[in-house]
Amino acid sequence: MDAPTLAVWKFASCDGCQLTLLDCEDDLLMLAGRIKIAHFLEASSATVAGPYDVSLVEGSVTTPSDVERVKRIRAQSKALVAIGACATAGGIQALRNFADVDEFRSVVYARPDYIQTLARSEPISTYVPVDYELRGCPIDRGQLLELLGALLAGRRPQLPVHSVCFECKARGTPCLLVAAGTPCLGPVTQAGCGAICPAYGRGCYGCFGPVAATDPRALLAKLRALGMSADDLRRAFRTFNAAAPALAAIEETSEP
Amino acid sequence: MTHREDRLLTVGSLSRVEGEGAMHVRVDGGQVTDVRLEIYEPPRFFEALLRGRRYTEPPDITARICGICPVAYQMSACQAIEDACGVRVDGPLNDLRRLLYCGEWISSHALHIYLLHAPDFLGYPDAIALARDARDIVERGLALKKLGNDLMTVVGGRAIHPVNVRVGGFYRVPTRTALAPIAARLRLALDDAMATVAWVAGFDIPDFDHDHELLALVEPGTYAIERGVPHTDGGLVFPVRAFEQHIIEEQVPHSTALHARLAGRGRYLTGPTARYALNHRWLSPLARQAASVAGLGTRCRNPFQSIVVRAVELVHAIEEALRIVTEYEPPPRPFIDVPSQDGVGFGATEAPRGTLFHRYSVGADGLIRSARIVPPTSQNQAAVEDDLRRFVTGRLDLDTERLTHACEQAIRNYDPCISCATHFLDLVVERT
Repeated sequence: MDAPTLAVWKFASCDGCQLTLLDCEDDLLMLAGRIKIAHFLEASSATVAGPYDVSLVEGSVTTPSDVERVKRIRAQSKALVAIGACATAGGIQALRNFADVDEFRSVVYARPDYIQTLARSEPISTYVPVDYELRGCPIDRGQLLELLGALLAGRRPQLPVHSVCFECKARGTPCLLVAAGTPCLGPVTQAGCGAICPAYGRGCYGCFGPVAATDPRALLAKLRALGMSADDLRRAFRTFNAAAPALAAIEETSEP
Repeated sequence: MTHREDRLLTVGSLSRVEGEGAMHVRVDGGQVTDVRLEIYEPPRFFEALLRGRRYTEPPDITARICGICPVAYQMSACQAIEDACGVRVDGPLNDLRRLLYCGEWISSHALHIYLLHAPDFLGYPDAIALARDARDIVERGLALKKLGNDLMTVVGGRAIHPVNVRVGGFYRVPTRTALAPIAARLRLALDDAMATVAWVAGFDIPDFDHDHELLALVEPGTYAIERGVPHTDGGLVFPVRAFEQHIIEEQVPHSTALHARLAGRGRYLTGPTARYALNHRWLSPLARQAASVAGLGTRCRNPFQSIVVRAVELVHAIEEALRIVTEYEPPPRPFIDVPSQDGVGFGATEAPRGTLFHRYSVGADGLIRSARIVPPTSQNQAAVEDDLRRFVTGRLDLDTERLTHACEQAIRNYDPCISCATHFLDLVVERT
């Protein structure tokens, strides 16, 4: 049987999530032996035409031509995996969704008429069905290997659906919110990073996006009690996953 | 091979570069009439979205401009914000910043040398194909890259978008014990880095020279990384705060990146070869020795030799990291306080691809009023286009496929980071 084919695609993003594939240093050559890398422009000038068994899609959709491109990629891909906060929640560039994009364009460019852009930065799932999502800004290398391994084995990947709090407990990190009074988004953020920030004495800043089925009220009360204003809360939630649908619900709850 | 006098060379999607772009070269009557490095990476409007954010946020937010050099963004951002607030971070905290930055240089240079650029010289489409014939060499490159990533992980929490950097310093500083295993690995890696220099110095380097003015930061006594004063090899020196008076950015229709020029002087080049020309006397002992064995001389005007300079900088970054780790004593506090104040601040550091400038205006309320970021790739765009024009002119006897490939290689000499500049490179060589 031929090795399954893998394609890597980029939309508006920083390249960090696809770089995570190259960062699998110890496993990269082993992986390359089991998967045929058919399209990965950051790494190879050789490309093979579709269809592809697996497409990893990085970045958010922000231009009219990218809307068409993501549909073509979907049509050529058996499994489509959105990787990272841009592809799953619009990325930091989704802050434009709360502003006037024409005004944004004129701040950065002297000739805004040269620049083609949509008013909103949207996750891949806005335009096409997505089979799996890897969260994070950036994604976690271990999760990427788990996903590729599972797809190779024909089983469902095991991806966390719980909050960062569980990872702090597993790691033995004392709760920053309780013990140090440090604002932390861990209780409403999806696990997967390994709770790095709290281990460094810093509150979670939510780069893996909102965890499903969470009730943020207790956390919001605690953050307000720690002195965060409504503006502070809005800024805290509107960062790298600004267009995540679940975030809108949290923000609604946070309005006084 | 007909129509050699009139051709259109195009590469629709440049590969082995960071981000999305294309190249377009038109040849009419044996003359190169148009060269465009087309950057079509969609704009992300960082300078606009930073407005109204807290002055403590730019290190995290601007890191997301580039997954390959996030530390560069964090360091330029911290320096600019601290400047606006009238604070300077020195001593062991600055050493730790330099150590983190060395990790990024090691990782980024190993990535570019082994995975992106070397395959060009050896006739492979990628490093995975190269590994089939020379697995040991590719594994050596991956091990060097991993060392850089692990160094960033120890100091910064993770390699891509480190979490431990804050305005004023760090959230937590490592203990000597935590750094000890890295010290041992850095020592061993020196041999691999020296072998890297010897390997790339043996490549078949095309004969080609440029005459761009070279710009890099200079910090006498040390090879500039995390701070310095802008200098050019044409004798121009100016403080970081005067950057925008000397560097003029222009918008061109074919690119979402802005083109930069030196005011009254024209195109210029930043990056490893510029740093080498202006800073080589401060290279670490082994790096100096490696440069000399590789026959680099005191400056390097052949862009195809940039891979050798990157390898020499790899030796330097490892030796410098080893020096910092060996002398390291944890600072008494992980950060110094940086209270916000009304002001404008400027920062510039040497990203792996060249000088990265940030400017922020901060209000008394601690919110950012305006931001300006000038990444290395947009500064180099005019020089890359000039190289392509001259390079193609001298090689019109090549068939289109070989010429196009040579052009792509010429672009990769600069390790363009189009995500930083804004978009991905698509090479289009027009031969009508």
